[in-house]
Amino acid sequence: MTPQTSTEFEKYYVPEKSRLALCAATGLFLSLFGAANVMNDMTYGDPSVETNSWTIFLCGLFFFLATLFGWFRTTIKENRAGLSSAQMKKSYALGMFWFIFSEVMFFFVFFSALFYVRNLVGPWLSGEGDGGRMNGLLWPGFEYTWPMAITPQEAMGGAASQPIANNGDFVSFEKSMAISEASAWWKWLPLWNTIILVSSSVTVHIAHSGLLADNKRKFNLWLGISVLLGMIFVALQALEYYEAYAHYGLTLNSGIYGSTFFMLTGFHGFHVIIGMTMLLVQWLRSVRAGHFSAEDHFGFEASSWYWHFVDVVWVLLFLFVYVL
Amino acid sequence: MGAHHHGPAKGLSRWLFATNHKDIGTMYLWFSFSMFILGGSFAMVIRAELFQPGMQLVDPLFFNQMTTLHGLIMVFGAIMPSFVGLANWMIPMMIGAPDMALPRMNNWSFWILPPTFLLLASTLFMEGGGPAFGWTFYAPLSTTYAAPSVTFFIFGIHMAGLSSIMGSINIIATVMNMRAPGMTYMKMPMFVWTWLITAFLLVAVMPVLAGAVTMMLMDIHFGTSFFSAAGGGDPVLFQHIFWFFGHPEVYIIILPAFGVVSQIIPAFSRKPLFGYDSMVYATASIALLSFLVWAHHMYTVGMPVAGELFFMYATMLIAVPTGVKVFNWVTTMWRGSMTFETPMLFAIGFLILFTIGGFTGLMLSIAPADFQYHDSYFVVAHFHYVMVAGALFSMTAAVYYWLPKWCGRMYNETMGKTHFWISFISFNVAFFPQHFVGLAGMPRRIPDYALQFADFNMMSSIGAFVYGLSQLLWGYNVISTIVAGKPISDEKVWEGAEGLEWTVATPAPFHTFETPPQVK
Ligand code: HEM
Ligand SMILES: [Cu+2]
Repeated sequence: MTPQTSTEFEKYYVPEKSRLALCAATGLFLSLFGAANVMNDMTYGDPSVETNSWTIFLCGLFFFLATLFGWFRTTIKENRAGLSSAQMKKSYALGMFWFIFSEVMFFFVFFSALFYVRNLVGPWLSGEGDGGRMNGLLWPGFEYTWPMAITPQEAMGGAASQPIANNGDFVSFEKSMAISEASAWWKWLPLWNTIILVSSSVTVHIAHSGLLADNKRKFNLWLGISVLLGMIFVALQALEYYEAYAHYGLTLNSGIYGSTFFMLTGFHGFHVIIGMTMLLVQWLRSVRAGHFSAEDHFGFEASSWYWHFVDVVWVLLFLFVYVL
Repeated sequence: MGAHHHGPAKGLSRWLFATNHKDIGTMYLWFSFSMFILGGSFAMVIRAELFQPGMQLVDPLFFNQMTTLHGLIMVFGAIMPSFVGLANWMIPMMIGAPDMALPRMNNWSFWILPPTFLLLASTLFMEGGGPAFGWTFYAPLSTTYAAPSVTFFIFGIHMAGLSSIMGSINIIATVMNMRAPGMTYMKMPMFVWTWLITAFLLVAVMPVLAGAVTMMLMDIHFGTSFFSAAGGGDPVLFQHIFWFFGHPEVYIIILPAFGVVSQIIPAFSRKPLFGYDSMVYATASIALLSFLVWAHHMYTVGMPVAGELFFMYATMLIAVPTGVKVFNWVTTMWRGSMTFETPMLFAIGFLILFTIGGFTGLMLSIAPADFQYHDSYFVVAHFHYVMVAGALFSMTAAVYYWLPKWCGRMYNETMGKTHFWISFISFNVAFFPQHFVGLAGMPRRIPDYALQFADFNMMSSIGAFVYGLSQLLWGYNVISTIVAGKPISDEKVWEGAEGLEWTVATPAPFHTFETPPQVK
């Protein structure tokens, strides 16, 4: 792994044939096929009929995760064997960057849906503006507030009283997660979560600077702290969901507020778990196998980019889902 | 890695475990061709039903499944993978790279596709039938009123999207990182430029589509109300999200086609491409503008007037860079010493017919006029002029143009020209009359129609059958070339062709440019 000077040409490593891709495709397909079957059983199935949907899903998922594990292992081995040139590392960096960009766009959709609902759909449903013409026919009496405490359906007196344009039972919550409904600011979980996640971004940064200064002790310590903070965040988030379901009556069925709330925070939480796992793997590599040096630590760097991205998404979530 | 001058592996493992960009490109191309045949056979069912008014062959539900799967398979299974296959084959050879930047991921992107489309096609045999809500899958047709197979459709879209995103990331990394020394951005062949921009569009909008189907999934199975007004959501939200993906998607389909034509027209005009720089800027501005025009598909949905106006003017604006491109192609031919081999014929066919499609697009972009045209056969005619005579003609041109390089054998020119003329004429017989019936008010996606549309529909069906059959001639020509075509060995297959791909041996060896060439 001698650093490459600009004049010498290093051969770009093109792996000979590899099973990884085919296994990953198979695992992905089986797990998603299984998941689709699980959901269809749930919604359309006959509960008395035994199916093997869960088996397909879990086997597929296991196979998929095992393949990913093997894939990353292979890449790391190749890197340690000196196969990856500086150019190849740049390919990985570009790959990671554009992958994160695609994730940004994924969150962009859910945020856009939130803004669209809050600024246009809500007022229209309550009879304002260009879209308000149908209010008198379909949803008389509906008034728009955010968090949407009463769904249009409930304003009409429930699903049965409005036979058209009804496709489900949407029962609104008793209490929302907004700051305005918290009993005291210091009892308000999202604030603590924000502090935790933002500090974990800082600690990852400290770890990085430790690594750049070839101080592996500092690196291991601060990276470990970051992973811990991530775990605390996930635990608190789980607690929040429990509160929502058990005490606030806030569920996926609570109309559009519940839908946007759970989808945005849920996908974010899922990404935190991925990012945390990535950091944890880097920590284990460093502590157990002594990987990483000041010059060669792309695995860590890519994971930290991902972590910062997850953090930025949270800040936006905090603003637009909880505060405003 | 000493043993690097390996040829391809033996047997099936060469394909299953492939990492070579040429092998993966070949698989993409054959996969898309088989999807083209499958999607085409669905189109034949549609045209057979519409051959005469009245209910003829299939019941309306099945008819709807045919229109839906025809659209989905052609867009996601035939056209998009075909251009990814072309990118795999050509981009490394055009920029002097040894392979794609991330070869194993490349194979993953490919192998996701066959099971995905097998699943999608198999929904036809599921209880309640396959997706029947049109390729645009508007909610609540695709949520409240969909058959249970919609869940498989949703995960199918997820997988196809994942494949596209990974394929695009690979292309971006290859173009940004693997260019040979001296191959600056502004020296890249136009095909590479258009694909770089397309890949950017894909990475930007495929996740948006993933978001849309995820919301559908949640609405169907988990009680959310994204697309349900009763819970405070809005079905129109679906349309906004879909078209925020959908309009860039049509440019994803056409930009690589632009790239191909920009390679072929100069080659057979024996002149460099006119206005290369302006071509690059035009492509980039088309891509950026494509994010701002999505609601031209929704003029009749009840948008505020300000919205209608904004989207109308923004849409018209796209005609400017598109016009720049057409102008540059025509000017490239001006006073060139032109010859008309099959690739050039298809490129010129593209130029003429795509321009017609662009003009009907311009007509559709006028909001008040679109109130009349919307969801009529006029729209069907428009998008077949840009997608079939645009994207597919260009793909056909590309295959004839590079096939000799790929396999070291020359295709049968007479058969190629015959293929072109039958395609060109039958395409117009099939789709030109649809402008008329559309303007006269025939709605799309309906298995029956009023009597006054009978003649034009019969014409259209005959054209479609001939067009469909003539593509088998193409398949035959390609296969017989690979198996028994006249061997050739000139590096430069076409006299006027320029670019690095014509400096390597013919047929292109398994590994090319393991040591990068120096580009002046
Ligand atoms: C000058 C450029 C273009 C303009 C101004 C334009 C404009 C439009 C408009 C306004 C519509 C909506 C019509 C309606 O539903 O009432 C439309 C539909 C469509 N266009 Fe274009 N278009 C252009 C180029 C293209 C290209 C290059 C493609 C693809 C290669 C394309 C593919 C489509 C498709 C697939 C639809 C129909 C979607 C559907 O409803 O199923 N268009 N176009
Ligand atoms: Cu459009």
